[in-house]
Amino acid sequence: MSDREPVVALRQVIKRYGNFTAVEPMDLNVEPGAFVTLLGPSGCGKTTTLRMVAGLAAPSGGDILIKGSRVNEVPIHKRNLGIVFQNYALFPHKNIFDNVAFGLKYRKVPKAEIAERVARALELVQLPQMADRFPNQLSGGQQQRIALARAIVVEPDVLLLDEPLSALDANLREDMRVELKKIQHQLGITTIFVTHDQSEALAMSDKIVVMNKGRIEQEGSPEEVYARPRSEFVARFLGNSNLLDGTITAHNGSSLSVEVGGLGQVEADANGAAVPQDGQPVRLVVRAEKLHLSTEPSGEPGATRMNGRVDTVDYQGQAARYFVTVGAHSLQVINPIDSRPFAEGAEVCVHVRPRDIVLLTPEA
Amino acid sequence: MAAVAADADAPGPRPWLLMSPALTAVVLLLAVPLCFILVYSFWLRTAAGGEQVGFFLDNWAEVLSDEFYRDILFQTLRIAGLSTVVCILLGYIPAYFIARSTTRHKAALILLLMLPFWISYIIRTMSWINILGVSGALNVFLLWTGIISEPLQILYNEATVILGLVHFLLPFMILNIYVSIDGIDTNLADAARSLGATGWQTFREVTLPLSMPGLAAGSLLCFVLGAGTYITPMILGGPRNAMFANLVFEAIITQLNWPLGSALSLVLLVVLGAVVVVYTRYAGIGQLAKSFK
Repeated sequence: MSDREPVVALRQVIKRYGNFTAVEPMDLNVEPGAFVTLLGPSGCGKTTTLRMVAGLAAPSGGDILIKGSRVNEVPIHKRNLGIVFQNYALFPHKNIFDNVAFGLKYRKVPKAEIAERVARALELVQLPQMADRFPNQLSGGQQQRIALARAIVVEPDVLLLDEPLSALDANLREDMRVELKKIQHQLGITTIFVTHDQSEALAMSDKIVVMNKGRIEQEGSPEEVYARPRSEFVARFLGNSNLLDGTITAHNGSSLSVEVGGLGQVEADANGAAVPQDGQPVRLVVRAEKLHLSTEPSGEPGATRMNGRVDTVDYQGQAARYFVTVGAHSLQVINPIDSRPFAEGAEVCVHVRPRDIVLLTPEA
Repeated sequence: MAAVAADADAPGPRPWLLMSPALTAVVLLLAVPLCFILVYSFWLRTAAGGEQVGFFLDNWAEVLSDEFYRDILFQTLRIAGLSTVVCILLGYIPAYFIARSTTRHKAALILLLMLPFWISYIIRTMSWINILGVSGALNVFLLWTGIISEPLQILYNEATVILGLVHFLLPFMILNIYVSIDGIDTNLADAARSLGATGWQTFREVTLPLSMPGLAAGSLLCFVLGAGTYITPMILGGPRNAMFANLVFEAIITQLNWPLGSALSLVLLVVLGAVVVVYTRYAGIGQLAKSFK
C-alpha cells in the first residue's frame, strides 16, 4: 500500500490563531481506501486538522494535497469531499430524498440517475423507505445514517467524519460503529475519522494518529499504538496503564532488571527497543490487564511476582478493575472474573510477564 | 400521548390562579376599553357638541359608505406594505452580518440596534426636517456646492412618509431576522458547501429558507406597526398622505367627535386583525422550516 500515492497528504501543515498554535507543523499520509483516525482529547487539534482538509479552515502554512494536487486555495465546494458532522446537519426543510440528492444536483447529474443513486445510497444505509420523510421525523441513529448516505452518494475522494457517533447513545453507537466500518470497507472509500473515543478508534481504524496539544504523539496500527505506546501520553490516553519509574540494574541481551522505588525488582523485556545503559532511569508502562492476580504465587517462569492487598474493587460484569496496594504503589489491575471477584482487603499475588512491560525511554 | 398526560394529572384551578393577574390586566386594560369604544361608536355627536346616547347606525353608515375613508384605508395598507418591503431589503444584510459575525462585540452590535429606541419616536421623526427640510442639511449642502440654486422641496410626500416609517421599523425587522439566522446551525451551510454548492447557492437553498420564520414575523410586526401609526404622516407627510390612524386622531382630538373616531378605530382594528389572521394561517404552511432544533 505504501507504494501508492496517498489520497490526502499534509506537508508541514500548521494552524495558528493569533498567538495560539492549534496545529504544530504536521505531516500525514492517508493511503487509498484507508480508514485513518485522528484520536485525542478535546483541544488537541484533531478537528482543526479535519477542517483544514475539508477547506473549512485555512492552514497558516504548509501544503494540503488531495490526490497529489495542492488544494490550499481550492474552495470547499470544489474539493469533492463528503463530510459527516457530529450533529448530523441534515437540512431540516428538505425531505430525505432532497437531502441525499443535494450534492448530486450541484454535480449536474441527470434527474433519472439522481433518483437511482439516491435509492442505492438509502439501500446501503438500510433506510430505503424514508425518502419522503423529514429529518425531524427520524431518530438520531437514522439521521446519522442519512447524513452518511448524503456524504457518500457523491462518490467523494475522501470521506471526513467529525465525531459522527458522539451524539448517539451507547448501544446504538456500537452498532453504528460496526455498520460504518462495513460500509466504508464495502465502498473502499478513503476515510478520515475524528474522535476522542479510544474504543471507536481501536475498533474501526487501519491507522490511528494520536494527537496531543497540536502535535502527533504516535501514529500506527491500532495494535501498535495500544500495545507499544511510545509516550506517556499515549500510554495514559489509550486503556488503563500503570506508569512506574525505575533504574536499570542489570541487563542480559534484551531482558533487563529494573529497580522500581517502593516496589522492588521488576523483570522487563526491551522488545526490540534500544536498551539503555545500566544505571539509566527508565519509565515502565504496564497495562492494567497485563497484571494478573492470584491467591497462590503462580505465572510463568521469569515473571515478576509481588505481594499486594486489594484496595478497591470496581465490578464490571465479565471483568473487574482492582486497585491493589503493592509496596508504596497503588496498581490498577483489570482481570476477567473467574467464578467470583477478589474481595476488598484480600491478600493477593500480582505477577506480570517481562514481555508485557513497555519501556519508555526519555525523549531524545 | 399529550392528551393522556393531560388527563393523568388534571391541571385543576392552579393555572387559572397563576394567570389571574395577567388576565385581570388584559380584561381591564384591553377588553373593557374596547367595549366602551364599541358602545361609543353607536352614539351620536349632537350639533351642540354633546353626545346623544342610544343605538344609531349613522357613524357606521358614514364610515362604510364614504369612498374617502376607503381610499385612505387602501393608502394606509399600501404605505405600510411598501415600508415593510423596504425594511426586508435593507434589514436582511445587517441581520445576517450580526448573526454570522464571530466578533466578541456581538452584544454591542445588538445594543446599537436598540439605541434609537432611547430617543423619542417623535424626535427621531422630526430630525428628518433638519436633514431634508428647505433649510435642512441636504439643501444647504446642495446650495453650497452650487448644484441647485433654489432649495428643493423634498419633504411632505409619500416617499418621505415611507422613509420615516422605515427609520422607525427597521430595528424590529433586523432583530427578527437576526434571531432566526442566529438559530440556524452553521454546520448546515458547511454541509451544503461540502456537497458542492457555492456560497450564493448555499444562501438560496439553506440559509434563506430557514430564516423565513423570522422574516415572516418581522414583516407582520412592521406591517401592523406601520399601518397603525399617525405621527409619521403627520410630521413628514403632506395633506394628501394621511393614513387611517390620522383620521381617528382628527375625529377624536380635533373634532372631539368620539363616536365617529370610535367607529373609525374599530374599522382599522378589524382590518389589521384580519390581516394577522390570514397571514398567520398562510404563513403556517411554511412552519416546516421551523422544525429544526
